[in-house]
Amino acid sequence: MDSDLSPQDKKDLDKFIKFFALKTVQVIVQARLGEKICTRSSSSPTGSDWFNLAIKDIPEVSHEAKKALAGQLPGIGRSMCVEISLKTSEGDSMELETWCLEMNEKCDKDIKVSYTVYNRLSVLLKSLMAITRVTPAYKLSRKQGHDYVILYRIYFGEVQLSGLGEGFQTVRVGVVGTPVGTVTLSCAYRTNLAFMSNRQFDRSAPIMGIIVDHFVDPPCSSQRPAVMGQPCNYRAPDEEDGGAFAGVQDSQEVCTTSFSTSPPSQCVCTLSPSPSKMSKPLPLDSLQLPLAPGLVAHNMCASRLSYQPSAAEVYPAAANANQLLHAGKEGGVVVVPCQPHGVDAHLTVEPPLNTPGSSGDDEGLSRSGEERREEGRSVSPSDPVESLNAFTRKVGAFVNKPSTQITAANLDLPFAAFAARGLDSEGSDPMVQPPESPPSQSPLQASLHSQGSEGSGPQDDFVMVDFRPAFSKDDLLPMDLGTFYREFQNPPQLTSLSLHISSQSMADDLDSLPEKLRVYEKNIDEFDAFVDMLQ
Amino acid sequence: MNCRSEVLEVTVEARQVDEAMLALLHTILLHRSTGKFHYKKEGTYSIGTVGTADSDCDFIDFTFVRVSSEELDRVIRKAVCEFKDALNNSGSDGMGQISLEFYQKKKSRWPFSDECIPWEVWTIKVNVVNLANEQERQICREKVGEKLGEKVINVVEVINRNEYLPKMPTQSEVDNVFDTSLKDVQPYLYKISYQITDSLGTSVSTTMRRLIKDTLAL
Repeated sequence: MDSDLSPQDKKDLDKFIKFFALKTVQVIVQARLGEKICTRSSSSPTGSDWFNLAIKDIPEVSHEAKKALAGQLPGIGRSMCVEISLKTSEGDSMELETWCLEMNEKCDKDIKVSYTVYNRLSVLLKSLMAITRVTPAYKLSRKQGHDYVILYRIYFGEVQLSGLGEGFQTVRVGVVGTPVGTVTLSCAYRTNLAFMSNRQFDRSAPIMGIIVDHFVDPPCSSQRPAVMGQPCNYRAPDEEDGGAFAGVQDSQEVCTTSFSTSPPSQCVCTLSPSPSKMSKPLPLDSLQLPLAPGLVAHNMCASRLSYQPSAAEVYPAAANANQLLHAGKEGGVVVVPCQPHGVDAHLTVEPPLNTPGSSGDDEGLSRSGEERREEGRSVSPSDPVESLNAFTRKVGAFVNKPSTQITAANLDLPFAAFAARGLDSEGSDPMVQPPESPPSQSPLQASLHSQGSEGSGPQDDFVMVDFRPAFSKDDLLPMDLGTFYREFQNPPQLTSLSLHISSQSMADDLDSLPEKLRVYEKNIDEFDAFVDMLQ
Repeated sequence: MNCRSEVLEVTVEARQVDEAMLALLHTILLHRSTGKFHYKKEGTYSIGTVGTADSDCDFIDFTFVRVSSEELDRVIRKAVCEFKDALNNSGSDGMGQISLEFYQKKKSRWPFSDECIPWEVWTIKVNVVNLANEQERQICREKVGEKLGEKVINVVEVINRNEYLPKMPTQSEVDNVFDTSLKDVQPYLYKISYQITDSLGTSVSTTMRRLIKDTLAL
């Protein structure tokens, strides 16, 4: 078969096929970066543009492709495949398409290698560019961001299409006959995008390459497309070396939850590929921020590709930052720091605060009987009455607690209101048990007290009088709100609020400060490295 | 030789006409353009580099790849614009077609002018519809995007049949095969023309034929 081919032609052909394979991978991966690709035409040949096309070479991608080829060429039975898949922030993944560069036995002996084959390969690359914008994964890749990312994997050998689900479609990009066989380029893409949540990531080899498209407060914010202007989220705290790039493995995924009282939002993103290909919209459960750390490698304004080495090859972040930033827009590449999101804790268990500033007796009276915790710090009392009201806790409609004494001295201390008088034997919290009110009672209090004093227990400081929470119906269900309230009305006092304890602990803190400072100074290098990593 | 003829049909909304035409014409020209030839001694030549650019459509859910050449883009846009104006002004029910013809020039002896021999003709038939509400327009956006995707696949399929292409010319002949007027890329010689179908569906009571690449003017 090769006898008709001169050695020079054979050598050229091998080179053409090798570089064609490399360029194919570049075109496919670049088309899934999520941004528009633009290269310039040049009338004077540079000599380095294979197939007379301006296709940039992203080094990581080339590296991966060469690694996959391992010195071989696509041949009969040895196909080079680029698999594109989607991975959500929750770790679910799905193969979207597989591009196959295959060789079959049909030879075209008469064809001229150096000219015709070369030009036809060039046309085939152009076709590839056109087709990569047409398959459903293109639209998905343009919208990638926090909710999901697009990943690629290159492998050599047998084509594996089983991960594409049922009913996948195939599109043939083109063929080029050569004296040693016919090069065929095709794409098989998934049409059934119904997402299976909690699907196991059951691939044998980890996905090596990641196309990441995240931005974090980028300094070059003007370059950001509007759609993608979301801050990067975080880095897993348990990464080796504090390294920037964990391998993409499920085990490393740590999802920091945001402590919000509102339920997590569902169905944040519906992936919408071309409707005809899709059986139904694609609800992705709880695509919440932030993303799994393994996916968030680095933020680049220009190039969103970052090569994720496997866990074994973790580099220190700072070094990597420079290594990875090559391909980018022609304007150059900017490293954008990836800041860990940290625990976005709004630990919103703050009770609804009383709105201060209500002045006047009428206001006090008309306050609803809903449970309110009035914190001294939130109130800026304008008059003595206010300050009194600030320290009372209204339970039940218009019920006021029996006044207790509050010393002037106590009033000066922050959180004095919550200081227990001893770690309370009664087990009632200072919120419930109001601090002592001043001896002189305002007429208001007296009147309120008189109103609410029916049925009060003689011993209890806390008067619960026929508790009727406002806005809760008491005819259908026996006062759920009230029941709840009663059950939880006496939570144990917070130790940190105990004045006695807190002062003690503060003293302890102060004592331990020098020691802590010593430790921190000792580890200063580590902290610096951490800070550098964040930048 | 026989001229290969391909027909593509699309149904679009009025505001999508421009982009749909551009998408298809640019896709075809991407495959039918090379870098600039630089002839050296001994009859060899080197070829310049063709860059590509992604273009997003505003009114269609579609992105197409075109040759990175502003000059070429301008020429194509001008042609499409004229076609669109003709469509709007014709008063027909919104049907027309735009043709992209690749040809070769063949020198003839005096007094005959050079022949233009087409070797590939692409005809894009357009049917313009009017939509009633925004929801329909949204659906149309997606559907037309899909359709254009299918057309691109058709184009690629035809081109990859690797049928007749003009031979690579010598330096003296290059202008008979390629359009060398652009400074950064070199498409095969082409011309764009259009026809508006009147409401009777017949091919034009008054044929409007504009030669964008007026190769007959010698």
